Amino acid sequence: MKFLPVSLLAMLAVTSAHARTIEVAAGPDAQARLQEALIVAQPGDVVAIGPGRFVLTDGLSLAVANVVVRGAGMDATVLDFTGQLGAGEGLLVTGDDVTLRDFAVENTKGDAIKSKGADRIVYHRVRAEWTGGPKETNGAYGIYPVESTGVLIDGVIAKGASDAGIYVGQSKDITVRNSIADGNVAGIEIENSRNAIVRGNFVTRNTGGILVFDLPNLPVMGGGDVLVEDNLVVANDTPNFAPKGNIVASVRRGTGVMVMANDGVTLRGNTIDGNPTSGVMVVTYPRPFEDKTYNPAPRRVVVAENRFGRNGYDPQIDGGAALVQAFGGELPPVLWDGLGVPGETLSAAAGTRAWSLNLPAQAADPALAKPAPVTLPPPVSQPREAIATGAPASLDTRLAR
Amino acid sequence: MALAALALSAAPVAPVSDAAVAGSAFPATLAEFGFFADAAAQRPAPGVVPYRLNTPLWSDGADKLRFLYLPPGTAAKANGEGLLELPVGAALIKTFAFPENGKLRLIETRLLLHRAEGWVALPYRWNAEQTEARLALAGGRLPLTTPQGEKISYAIPNKNQCKECHGMGDAVIPIGPKARNLAPDWLAAQAKAGRLDRAPVVAQRLPLWEDRAGAAVEPVARGYLDVNCGHCHYSQGSASNSGLDLRWEQADPARLGILKRPVAAGRGAGPHEFSIVPGEPDRSILTYRMASTEGGVAMPELGKATVDRDGLAAVRAWIAGMKR
Repeated sequence: MKFLPVSLLAMLAVTSAHARTIEVAAGPDAQARLQEALIVAQPGDVVAIGPGRFVLTDGLSLAVANVVVRGAGMDATVLDFTGQLGAGEGLLVTGDDVTLRDFAVENTKGDAIKSKGADRIVYHRVRAEWTGGPKETNGAYGIYPVESTGVLIDGVIAKGASDAGIYVGQSKDITVRNSIADGNVAGIEIENSRNAIVRGNFVTRNTGGILVFDLPNLPVMGGGDVLVEDNLVVANDTPNFAPKGNIVASVRRGTGVMVMANDGVTLRGNTIDGNPTSGVMVVTYPRPFEDKTYNPAPRRVVVAENRFGRNGYDPQIDGGAALVQAFGGELPPVLWDGLGVPGETLSAAAGTRAWSLNLPAQAADPALAKPAPVTLPPPVSQPREAIATGAPASLDTRLAR
Repeated sequence: MALAALALSAAPVAPVSDAAVAGSAFPATLAEFGFFADAAAQRPAPGVVPYRLNTPLWSDGADKLRFLYLPPGTAAKANGEGLLELPVGAALIKTFAFPENGKLRLIETRLLLHRAEGWVALPYRWNAEQTEARLALAGGRLPLTTPQGEKISYAIPNKNQCKECHGMGDAVIPIGPKARNLAPDWLAAQAKAGRLDRAPVVAQRLPLWEDRAGAAVEPVARGYLDVNCGHCHYSQGSASNSGLDLRWEQADPARLGILKRPVAAGRGAGPHEFSIVPGEPDRSILTYRMASTEGGVAMPELGKATVDRDGLAAVRAWIAGMKR
């Protein structure tokens, strides 16, 4: 203990010797002043965005490493893109070791905040929102790190995205925690990514709550090692408002947690309630594909102890009403398409009720389904670290700054 | 005044400032570089050579005036059909201009400076009087009428946006001067003048855009996609995560987008399922996005406020002619 203050002081001295704080206040010319601050910032600097509404016409970008972009709070500092004229996203980050915190991005035409190839990024208490509620014309992604190693998303809010509120793609070493995803097509999506923890989030009123996907024909393939733990996945019942061509347009209204393809996904400690199509859905990629590097099947999916409330009472499935009646008023909480081997493909804690579509083959016509209850073998218990370790612990130190 | 002007024009033209090009500062005005003998007339200084591209990148119909500067005693190196290798100290200069009242109005001059630490991209914005272009790190907007008669809000890119198109991984690189997209006469002249180590052999050049009516449909469309899209849509570009590769040299149909599903296009895909559906330009995401001016849908994301009807027609013709 005696040495801690000394080393802290030393750290502070080093930091303050180099770091500057560039203040940007709301007002006229916000676009130019804010963008200029993001360009002239040097590694170690803080870009401090003051309180107020910043009316912006063009996407902002940050290409410098080790910069903190900090607002006065996710409700106090609002980057307002309602009148956006150009560029795909509100804020694009391409530098490594960047921290984004305490501000909001509203009503972008494309994605709200995207970080690409930006390793060890922290998103803390930022809000990405389309304020008009769910609409097809809303931008695609709220919080969107892609092609990055080391991603910590903590305490964010994502609302109204026409694709995914929080979308982590083609990345590894990821933690998404203590966040709210509300009224998006997909609440939280982990796609073609490795080693991810999704923990302690509140995921509600999306079309689908938490999606763990692996898709073909992407530059980064082979998603897996995902722990979905202690989330509140409730009342995801918004009709799908994604444009038709997109993969999430196929997500059924009222899906709690959906696992498609992927390798090594564990769900445990979640409260999953009020999702009208299904609490949990574990399926093989349902479309034809030609990518030889792609495995369309889910593997090693574990539904451990979770709290299931009432799910599957109004499924968006052909013949759903008859199925609900046959199952006595609600479908069992775990839906499996039946492709693969029980135990290898999917296992579930004792007492977890499940049913299978018993599809005959990958990409088969859903009309060929032969729904029936299924008993899944119990999983082998694994320590948390064996499932996933998530973002590097060193990123936590940036939350206090 | 008249005397002073006379004296100025009679004075020997100052050489390009190699210190401004290769130093570490961001000069506040374009004039500090000395690239032009008469900047308002876009008359280059000695050592600054104009060039053109066979198929150019379209920017709302802007006229583009392109120049290459090489420091005295240096030469570029040919690199097969690809990008010329330019020495440290070299600069690429590109002025964007729109016709207005029978004259060319200069809007901005973009510089790519090859410094010891790599290429640096800087945008300079011309004043209304056309007397000076000042550094515009944060970019800017201005109202314009395009040659097609459309009123637009023209966006000058900020310094970071330069990198979105000119980025290769973490580095900034030139896009335009690839041997296959340069005139053979120009290459030969540069080689003869000792400014290029040799005139490279090019098996197939990109078609001359103005002669496209007489050229085969596929190279016209592929050339257009390479120049307008390929710098982002390839494995090291800004749009690498899309999995789409629209470069001239890409031969894999799936990477080119044929029957390829979107990855993270979001609503950009509209109602369509594939980037390219052979024979069906009306069902292809590529043409859907090219034909849009709506943020979040329109492609390219930068430098476009209006639809390039000629480019769209070229790509549509290519897709329409594919076997279903």
